[in-house]
Amino acid sequence: MLLLLLFVFLLGIFLGFEVISKVPPILHTPLMSGANAISGITVVGALACARLGYASFANLLGFLAITAAMVNVVGGFLVTDRMLGMFAAKKKPPQP
Amino acid sequence: MHVLADIAYLAAAALFVLGLKMLNRVRTARRGNALAAVGMALAIIATLATHAGLSWSWIIAGLLAGSVLGAWLARAVPMTSMPEMVALLNGLGGLASLLVGLSVFWSEYLHPPFAGGAAPEFPLAQSHAGGAQWALTVVLSVIVGAVTFTGSLMAVLKLQEKLVKGTPIVLPGRHAINVGVALATLALGAFAGFVLAGPAAGTALLALAVLAGVLGVLLVIPIGGADMPVVISLLNSYSGIAGSMTGFVLNEPLLIAAGALVGASGIILSQLMCKAMNRSLGAVLIGGFGAGGGDKSAYKNVKSASPEEAAMILDGAGSVIFVPGYGMAVSQAQHVVKDLANALESRGTNVRFAIHPVAGRMPGHMNVLLAEADVPYDKLYELDRINGDFKTTEVAVVIGANDVVNPAAIDDPQSPIAGMPILNVHEAQTVLMVKRSLSPGYAGIKNPLFERDNCLMCFGDGKQFLSEVLQELKS
Repeated sequence: MLLLLLFVFLLGIFLGFEVISKVPPILHTPLMSGANAISGITVVGALACARLGYASFANLLGFLAITAAMVNVVGGFLVTDRMLGMFAAKKKPPQP
Repeated sequence: MHVLADIAYLAAAALFVLGLKMLNRVRTARRGNALAAVGMALAIIATLATHAGLSWSWIIAGLLAGSVLGAWLARAVPMTSMPEMVALLNGLGGLASLLVGLSVFWSEYLHPPFAGGAAPEFPLAQSHAGGAQWALTVVLSVIVGAVTFTGSLMAVLKLQEKLVKGTPIVLPGRHAINVGVALATLALGAFAGFVLAGPAAGTALLALAVLAGVLGVLLVIPIGGADMPVVISLLNSYSGIAGSMTGFVLNEPLLIAAGALVGASGIILSQLMCKAMNRSLGAVLIGGFGAGGGDKSAYKNVKSASPEEAAMILDGAGSVIFVPGYGMAVSQAQHVVKDLANALESRGTNVRFAIHPVAGRMPGHMNVLLAEADVPYDKLYELDRINGDFKTTEVAVVIGANDVVNPAAIDDPQSPIAGMPILNVHEAQTVLMVKRSLSPGYAGIKNPLFERDNCLMCFGDGKQFLSEVLQELKS
């Protein structure tokens, strides 16, 4: 199992390098915040491990983990969209 | 049911890859971001639907609290605070990984359901088959998560420059301290996962989180403000790696893959930033840059210009290139710059913007600010594309940038910034240097540009000075 997971990890890194190799500077910030929102995928882990709920301390940790990850996800995607919205509006020529 | 979840996870992973790919082009970036968000929603819904027996009240409370807080932050944050926002989000990603690591430890090891809550008498590494791997990944997820969390918070504080100054904070013997703390962290991690058992292991794991948190702070404080683009993109990478570690803890390929993608993107950005400064990642991380060395002699023959004179120079110019730096962000001058650019364009001047990759405090900082001020992005030029054009440009207007236009990088092999790619503003006919004083930039060295015949210093706050220039121009 570990070998398989390491395989996924390595392929993920290589794929990341391939996909993001030539990002133009204008998109550096949105790429960062968008990628950051994706790293909020930890929320899935937080949800999955909050299921046991036998120890109340674990419950509290799970709640905090879900909250932190959700701020990451929702905040990350929305702020990226806000920035990219500003870029998109620039397509029309400037008003004289 | 779990097969459905696996299929949903696979779809989510595909959407993440596709989304990131689309984030590479201005035209498709917004849709790419939306696709990645759809993937995330899919993964969350699939998890909720298939993992029965959740303690719903906690989960709904967490989902709601996080979503509301995140949405509020994303709306409320001013564009000038975007570096802090990105650093904060990185930190929260790390915090989530740290908390999941701890939570798994508590619910599956310390108070496992099958044991009726009785504490185990064996170390984490022997708790079940594959326990050694499990112990290793729990410990790593706590360490990487805590370092990312506190390192990012430290970066936020340094960026705000209120509680903590942005310049490097160099502790005496800091290398020894850092190595010591790092070794102690690893040792404590090994103890918590492989030696101690039961509640003692739990206490050790909490202590590990604190110690790794101290390490995160120590790693960031010696790094100065202008190296922040590297730090932020590196922390971005860490937040991805932390997510991957959590995936190893939970045996969940989706987390591992998504974390790896983010880790790779952060590394790519860090490398781009380092290349733009001609420094190695190692040199940036060791920090202390700008704390010594270089030419510091007094300036001679500096000429300055008033707003009226600057307006006169700009008025007749056929071509103008604006060069924004961190100072434009500090004085929030981007809107005035845009108005000035418009006023010049309406007089037939060819106006362009030259963006140095490390101008500002995060990758792409200047682009975001100018986009906020409605400057069309086809007027923004990267270093390679515009550097040849300064020769034929009448006026270069530098707003709050210093080191990235310092010709010492080319002329003086002894300079700390020797070899760093700079914007060749000194080749323009006239350089207007809008700056508060002659004080050195981040590198802490003299800028010989200020003494050149074609350079006029425009002393003052960027926003105020340029507003006065604009008024003069209009009258």
